[in-house]
Amino acid sequence: MYDFEYLKPKALAEAASILAGDGDAKALAGGMTFIPVLKQRLNKPSKVVDLAALGLSGIKVSGETVEIGAMTTHATVAASADVKRAIPALAKLAGNIGDEAVRHRGTIGGSLANNDPSACYPAAVLAMGATIVTNKRRIEADNYFQGMFATALEQGEVITSVVFPVPAKAAYMKFANPASRYAMVGVFVAKGPKGTRVAVTGAGQNGVFRHKAMEEALAKNWSADAVAGVKTPADGLNSDIHASAEYRAHLVGVMAKRAVAAAG
Amino acid sequence: MPQVTLSVNGKSHTVEVEGRTLLVELLREKLGLTGTHVGCDTSQCGACVVDVNGTSVKSCTMLAMQADGAKVTTIEGLAKPDGTLHPMQEMFREHHALQCGFCTPGMVMSAIDLVNSHPEGLTEEQIRHGLEGNLCRCTGYHNIVKAIAAAWPLMHGKKMAAE
Ligand SMILES: Cc1cc2nc3c(=O)[nH]c(=O)nc-3n(C[C@H](O)[C@H](O)[C@H](O)COP(=O)(O)OP(=O)(O)OC[C@H]3O[C@@H](n4cnc5c(N)ncnc54)[C@H](O)[C@@H]3O)c2cc1C
Ligand code: FES
Ligand code: FES
Repeated sequence: MYDFEYLKPKALAEAASILAGDGDAKALAGGMTFIPVLKQRLNKPSKVVDLAALGLSGIKVSGETVEIGAMTTHATVAASADVKRAIPALAKLAGNIGDEAVRHRGTIGGSLANNDPSACYPAAVLAMGATIVTNKRRIEADNYFQGMFATALEQGEVITSVVFPVPAKAAYMKFANPASRYAMVGVFVAKGPKGTRVAVTGAGQNGVFRHKAMEEALAKNWSADAVAGVKTPADGLNSDIHASAEYRAHLVGVMAKRAVAAAG
Repeated sequence: MPQVTLSVNGKSHTVEVEGRTLLVELLREKLGLTGTHVGCDTSQCGACVVDVNGTSVKSCTMLAMQADGAKVTTIEGLAKPDGTLHPMQEMFREHHALQCGFCTPGMVMSAIDLVNSHPEGLTEEQIRHGLEGNLCRCTGYHNIVKAIAAAWPLMHGKKMAAE
């Protein structure tokens, strides 16, 4: 690991100005992705700006929305009685990210800023049509994800929270890589204020994507049978040592069917 | 050089570190607490798990600076000064939950957090799910799961809820 200056500002404005003023400065949340990246020397930051003292952690539930602070850990979301009540699928998703120790440190903001093509939260955000709130603006899910590890965030832009509209029905099914627990394929289905939406993670070469054909089928008929009839082309899907594109295409169908059945 | 002040096994330390120093490096190299192991260094095996402010954390994936002001407990901090083992350590011994012992410090630290955070009881499934971040190449996990189930009533001072 290259050395860097570690900073832990106490105010969001200060953190944002350090990050905006130095293109080589990087934010640190739970470190579950960033520290492994540093160890591999894939990044050489001048400064590492720890977001832990900015008060960005916490969960607020109103009738129609669940707002989760960027620094809220996966373990906190998984254990939250409020989240379990309002969007049980989200609590369950968080409780199956990585492992206990990863969930104790990893955060929703870090997961979304990173936008790993196999990460779980991006599927929830895209399927429920959540809004990413930053220190500068509010970004709709449909405009936020811009390909593998790419997002709408600008240099110095810090995610402060994520607002989920509460869906009537939702479920996430993941075919986990047995070693890391990352999604080899994960499908989040939701029926709610933003419509009937299906988001697929782990499979696409450009990261998380909406499965429009399944959305149309489910909008007409919300049932596992409706998605069972929809073919997923293997073009544009990942092929690696874990699974071929064809196998992933098959898994998308299986996970989608199970997700719809679980959502009820 | 930056300084970090933290409590480890009940003792306060102020240590000079670099920004990049990992918590596990601080523990092993600066404080000589080599009970915490480094198995993979890629955040997957759990051999490096310690307790930070009451929750299990992979100390190979946390900067020493992030632990400033924290209360850390390592495997060395579990037994009483007279050598009496922690109930979890005792149950690992009783149930032969280790062979080479490399994964054991992390297993024990994760297991203690798991039991502490489930006062309502722990099913075998919950124990196995809770250990997903701890890899063991020797035991096949079976006896580890048994040891944790046996430690639960000892740690909570009551009988395990009927399964
Ligand atoms: C063994 C293991 C298994 C895992 N399994 C899964 C899994 O099954 N599913 C899954 O989804 N994930 C998985 N993860 C990833 C985990 O969820 C991470 O917590 C997450 O990807 C990153 O969150 P973090 O808080 O650790 O962020 P960090 O690693 O601290 O940061 C990640 C990136 O985001 C930036 N960043 C962080 N916070 C903000 C913010 N608020 N605003 C702007 N930029 C920010 C950082 O600069 C950095 O570039 C796993 C990780 C490990 C180590
Ligand atoms: S050494 Fe930390 S998880 Fe393996
Ligand atoms: S006892 Fe050898 S790795 Fe677990």
